[in-house]
Amino acid sequence: MAACSAAASEMLHNMKKQISLLYPKASCVIRRISTSCLRCDSQRQVRAQSAPQQLVGVVGLEIHAQINSNTKLFSGSAVCFSAPPNSLVSSFDASLPGTLPVLNKRCVEAAVMTGLALNCTINKKSLFDRKHYFYADLPAGYQITQQRQPIAVDGTLTYSLLGGKKRNQVIRKNVTIKQIQLEQDSGKSLHDDLHSQTLIDLNRAGVGLMELVMEPDMSCGEEAAAAVRELQLILQALGTCQGNMSEGQLRVDANVSVHKPGEPLGVRAEVKNINSVRYLAKAIDFEIQRQIDVLQRGGTVQNETRAYDSKSGETIPMRDKEGLQDYRFMPEPNLPPLIVYEDNTSLPAGVDASQAVVVQKIREGLPELPSVKRDRLVQTYNILPEHSFTLVNEDGLVEHFEAVLRATKKEPRKVIGWVTNELLGHLKQQDMSVSQSPISPSALAELLELQETGHISSSAAKQVFQEMWASPGKTASQIIQEKELGLVSDASHLHNICQKVVDSHPDEVQAIRNGNKRVLNKLMGLVQKETKGRADPVLVRKILEEKTS
Amino acid sequence: MSVFSLSIKRARLGVLLQITRPEINVFGNYEKQVTNIGTCRGRRNYIAGVTRTFSTKVYNSKVPEIPTWKPVPEDLLPPPSKVPVDLVDKLERLALVDFRTKQGLECLEKAIRFADQLHVVDTTGVEPMDSVLEDRALYLREDAVTDGDCAEELLMLSKNTVEEYFVAPPGNVPLPKREERTAMLKHSEF
Repeated sequence: MAACSAAASEMLHNMKKQISLLYPKASCVIRRISTSCLRCDSQRQVRAQSAPQQLVGVVGLEIHAQINSNTKLFSGSAVCFSAPPNSLVSSFDASLPGTLPVLNKRCVEAAVMTGLALNCTINKKSLFDRKHYFYADLPAGYQITQQRQPIAVDGTLTYSLLGGKKRNQVIRKNVTIKQIQLEQDSGKSLHDDLHSQTLIDLNRAGVGLMELVMEPDMSCGEEAAAAVRELQLILQALGTCQGNMSEGQLRVDANVSVHKPGEPLGVRAEVKNINSVRYLAKAIDFEIQRQIDVLQRGGTVQNETRAYDSKSGETIPMRDKEGLQDYRFMPEPNLPPLIVYEDNTSLPAGVDASQAVVVQKIREGLPELPSVKRDRLVQTYNILPEHSFTLVNEDGLVEHFEAVLRATKKEPRKVIGWVTNELLGHLKQQDMSVSQSPISPSALAELLELQETGHISSSAAKQVFQEMWASPGKTASQIIQEKELGLVSDASHLHNICQKVVDSHPDEVQAIRNGNKRVLNKLMGLVQKETKGRADPVLVRKILEEKTS
Repeated sequence: MSVFSLSIKRARLGVLLQITRPEINVFGNYEKQVTNIGTCRGRRNYIAGVTRTFSTKVYNSKVPEIPTWKPVPEDLLPPPSKVPVDLVDKLERLALVDFRTKQGLECLEKAIRFADQLHVVDTTGVEPMDSVLEDRALYLREDAVTDGDCAEELLMLSKNTVEEYFVAPPGNVPLPKREERTAMLKHSEF
C-alpha cells in the first residue's frame, strides 16, 4: 500500500514536472494551489523570526462579474465584446433625456442563480439606487446599483487548496459572501494623451454586472487566487458569467491590510487593475509585504487606491479622485422594488407567470457545481484529488475523460495520465480547447485498449498518439500497421535477433552465467534497440534467459 | 447648455426617442397613487386635497395650472442656515459648479429656506416612499435584442467625435484649489 502511494506520488511529481516544462499555462493552477500553503507558511516563519507577534495579511475582494446575457441590464441593446465602437448603444444607454430603464429578466435570474450557488439568502424584495459620480464613460452621471437592499446576501464560497507535506492534502476554506448586487457597467475610455482628449465607447455602458462583495476572510494572495478561480468555475458552470478576466468579464479589486492576529484590522489599501488570477496572487502578496515593510519602518499605511503593474510586479498609487468621494446615493425613482417569489404557489393572483422570477424553479435548474464534480470524480474513479482539479479546471475535459472510460476497460487511474498529460499537454501547446481536440474520446479509447491488450508497448502508444494528433481521422490500428509499431511477438524472428545479440556479446553472457542476472537487462535493451522498441518484452526475456542459462 | 440644445438638435434631426418603459404614464397613475396612500397603506395624505380642480377637463392634468400656497409663518421654521465657506467649497467640488458670488450664495440660502418649510409637516409614523411607483409591479423584459445599432444618430448629437467615438476632455482633471479658483472667478465678492 505504502509502495503504491509512493509510486503514485512519484508519478504525479514527474507528471507535474513534465506539464510545467511543456505548458506553464496549464500547470499554473496546480502549481499555485499546491504551493500556496507552503508559501503562506514560509512567510509566517520569516515574520516569526523578525517580530515576536507577527503581522499577517487580511484580504477581502470585490468582484464585478459581467452577466452572460444577450442584452444589457436596462435596455434592449446587444452585449458583445469588441464590437465596433458605439454600435451597441440605445438612447437609454447614452442617457438621452426622457428614456427610462426596463429591467432584463435574464439578469435577475442570473443573479438569483449565482446567489443560490453561493448559498446566499435571496432577498424577496430588493431595491435599486443611484450612485453618482462624474466620468465621461458614465453618461447619466450616476450608476444604477443596489446599495440598500441587494438581491442576495450572506453566502459562502468554499474553495480548496492543496497542502500538507506532499501537497496532496485537500484543504477546504470558506469565504463569506456579504452580498451580490445588480448594477450597470460603465462605458470604456480611451485616453489620447497626445491630443489631450478621451475617446468614449459606450458599448459596455449599461451591461449587467453582479458585484460580489467578499468579507476579508483570506490571508494571502494564493488563497484569494484559489477563491477567485473557484468562483470563476462556478460562474462558468452556471453560465451566468463567462468569467474571462482578460476580456474584463470578471474584474477583481482586492482590499488588503495587515494586522497582528487578535487586534483590530489595519488601514486597508484597494488594489485595482488586476487582469488574471496569477497576477491577483502576486499583487496581493506584494501589497501585504509592502504594508508590513511600511509599518516596520515606523510608517503608516495610507487608505488609498493602488494599481497593479504586471511588468514590475508592484502596486503603485493611482492618481485618485479628489479626496473622499460623496456618491450621493438616492433611491432610483424610475424602478419600483424588484420582487422575486419562492415558488409558484407564492405567486399572488394577477401576477403574470412569464413575468415572475421564481427561486424554486431556478434552484431546480442548478447544474453540478465544480466542488461536487471533483468529489464525484475522486470517489467514482478512485483518482487523486489533484487530478480532479486538473480535470475540472479545463472546460470539457471531464466529459472527454468520462467518454474515454466508457469505451475502454482500462482502469481510470491509468487513463487519467493520458488525459491530463498527453491530451491536455498537446492542447495547451497549441492553445486549443478540449472541443477542438483532433483526437476523439473513442479514438483515444481504442489506442488505450490496444496498449492494455498488449498489442503495443507504452512507448509505442505515445508515438501512435503523436501520429493520431498529426493526422486526425486515422485510427490507432491503421497507424500501428503503417508505421509498424505493433509488438513483434513472432517467436522465430525474435529468436534470431536474440541469438545475434548473444553471439556478439560473449562477455555479458559470461557475466550472466556467473550469476550477475542484471546484465540481462542490457541484452534486453540491445534487442529492443534492434527492433526499435517493438519486441514483446516478456517474450524477449524468456528467450534470452534460455540462451544464457 | 446641454438639455436645451440637445432637444433642439434632436427635433431637427428627427431622432425618435423611444420611451422604453410600458408603465411610464406617471400622471395617469397619480390619482390612483394618491388614493393608495390615503386608504390602502394607511399613509397620511397631505397633498390629496390640493389638486382636484381640473377633473372636468378633457385632458386631465394633475398639475395645477395656477400655483397656490399658504405662507408658513417664520416662527414655525427652524433658524435660517448659514452656509460656511468650507461647505461652499465642498459643494462646488461635488457639483462642479462655481456659485461663490453674493447672488449665488443668496440663491442657495433661499433654496434652503424654502425647503425648511417641509419641517412643518408632521411625518411621525409615516414610512418614507422612494417613488410614487413603489407599489407597482416592476416590468421584466425578455432578453432579446430590440435596440442599439444607431451609432450614427447618437454620434450626430455630439459636438466632438473621432471615427465612431465620442470625444470628452481628458479624465479626472483635478479641480483647481480654492485659492486658484477664487483668482479665476472675476466677479467673486468673497
